[in-house]
Amino acid sequence: MQEFLQQVLSGIASGGIYASLALALVLIYNAMGLVNFAQGEMAMLATFLAFTLIDHGMSYWIALPITILVAFGGGIVIQRVVIRPVERAPVLTLVIVTLGLATLINGLAGFLFGYLPRSFPSPFSVQTVSIFGAAASYQDLGVIGVSAVVLVLVYLLLQRTTLGLAMRAAAHHPEASRLLGVRVSWMLALGWGLASAVGAVSGIMVAPILLLEPNMMQTVVIYAFAAAVLGGIDSPLGAVIGGLVIGVTVNLAGAYAPGVGGDLQLAVAFAIIIAVLVLKPNGLLGRRATRRV
Amino acid sequence: MRFLSQAPRRYWLVALVVIVFAGLPTQVTSFQSLEWAEVLIFAIVIMGLNLLVGYSGQISLGHGAFMAVGAYTTAILVHRYHMDYLATIPIAGLLTGLLGFVLGIPALRLSPLYLALATFALAVVTPSLIKRPENLTQGVQGILLPPPQPPDWVSSMFASVTSGPAMTSDQWLYYVSFIVAVILFWVAWNIVRRRPGRALMAIRDGEVAAAASGVNIAGYKTLAFGLSAFYAGVAGSLYGLASGYVSPDSFPVALSFTLLVGAVIGGLGSIAGPLFGGIFTFWLPIMSSQFVQTQDWIPDQVASVFKNAGPAVTYGALLILIMIFAPNGLAGLILSGYTRLRSRLRGVGERTTGQVPPDPQTV
Repeated sequence: MQEFLQQVLSGIASGGIYASLALALVLIYNAMGLVNFAQGEMAMLATFLAFTLIDHGMSYWIALPITILVAFGGGIVIQRVVIRPVERAPVLTLVIVTLGLATLINGLAGFLFGYLPRSFPSPFSVQTVSIFGAAASYQDLGVIGVSAVVLVLVYLLLQRTTLGLAMRAAAHHPEASRLLGVRVSWMLALGWGLASAVGAVSGIMVAPILLLEPNMMQTVVIYAFAAAVLGGIDSPLGAVIGGLVIGVTVNLAGAYAPGVGGDLQLAVAFAIIIAVLVLKPNGLLGRRATRRV
Repeated sequence: MRFLSQAPRRYWLVALVVIVFAGLPTQVTSFQSLEWAEVLIFAIVIMGLNLLVGYSGQISLGHGAFMAVGAYTTAILVHRYHMDYLATIPIAGLLTGLLGFVLGIPALRLSPLYLALATFALAVVTPSLIKRPENLTQGVQGILLPPPQPPDWVSSMFASVTSGPAMTSDQWLYYVSFIVAVILFWVAWNIVRRRPGRALMAIRDGEVAAAASGVNIAGYKTLAFGLSAFYAGVAGSLYGLASGYVSPDSFPVALSFTLLVGAVIGGLGSIAGPLFGGIFTFWLPIMSSQFVQTQDWIPDQVASVFKNAGPAVTYGALLILIMIFAPNGLAGLILSGYTRLRSRLRGVGERTTGQVPPDPQTV
């Protein structure tokens, strides 16, 4: 039982990371009806920035906000430069462009920082504290805490501020919003910036666990896809729930299901994606997609 | 003779390309033949991808996985059951095609975006799935394949034509890939300009309209998936034979990416596109890494990093630029250049005689 609780707890910790990245995917999906295949790579690049800052002697708690701000700006720049020219193109074009972006960023990171895995500092100690008899590391608890703060902040921004209202309006009814004086194009750019910032947090959280290298986010992003699909790809709350469910399921499957260990955990996520898409394509909380003829 | 003089001009171009590729091994070294064999193999799988993405409007990021299935089918049949390697090529194709057909059924319910996600996940998972049935696939170790030897009559014919040494196994592999590529390109050409092709394009351009016109949407979409997987399986089988070795790491996610890049850059929705795509896919990484290695003024350390990162950066940047500025790829660029030149030379009236490729933007 104790071990089970422990597995659940570390599942929730990784689930929080997946939830952040899944939330980033959902934000962009809501803004432009597009799954951003470059989300993981953008987060990875931001994490490298944080690494460089900390490596040059900056304190972790100063480097973190700087990185998030730069990631926010970077997201806006990417939307303006790369995505905007193809904004009205069909889905296929958009998918290919984000794939190109992913390849480009991955190669760029390899070019700038090399492919050697580096250990990333964590502000939380690996010592454990006992919760209901399960030994939880401060590392896991810290990750859960940071993810929770980020998710709540995004929720407050979207639901409780005028800016958030404008962003949601621009995403759902671009024409009507434009008539009401919302600068739709900039709201979409803000959506990209926000997604990029949230993704950066997930990258920084996962780096101490996985070791930092250009391909670090490749598996994480699959779990985030699974989380977003499970929760319903247009629902921010769904992404959070999906992330936690995926984190716990994958962790438990890795620990208890016979034959599933290490690399096959990815297959579990894959099976979840396929099962959800076939059985309940809108996910747990997603709105039913209707097609206009 | 009447037939010859009335043949459209593009037939002559096709004949020229076929002759050039048929004569290539007599002019280049045995190793270069193997390189060009891989170009043709990439062209085959990209043709399959083109049928799926360019003509039916479904997207796949998982063609590397289909290639893996084809390659492993051949490897296991040759290694374990000592089957003739030539016989395994169609078997690999059919098996992969069947798998693609089965996967095409859930794909029917998915929007292009979800399909991209699902096939992407498939590509990521495949290497670890291959490692599992260890007594069949030999796990991470992979399977070694002996280089196929040409039959005696082919070898002696080749020697008498070139009046040089007998045919090497690399040159034989080139000719096998060449013949397969010619057949499969011919099949694809016939498919796209007849009933199935028109049905696929109708689905791509407007699913509801196609259904209203009586096109069997589900049937044609799964057919396209199966056919595309068949091409990938055949190409995978040849890929395994050409590299002489298959392992889970021969089929990373990056391979699936590369194939899609090749399809897009070559030109979606065109028959010549995949050939450009194959040439591009094979030569770009080699060019971009070798070019930098030979430049003396670049420090060794930078050069070694570039060797790893260079192709990815070039790929990514090119992909974005092509999508923004030339969504019809190289084939589209060449064709529009040719049409423009002709209309400049002869007046505007004749431009409709060129076969204008459909615009992927309308997918």
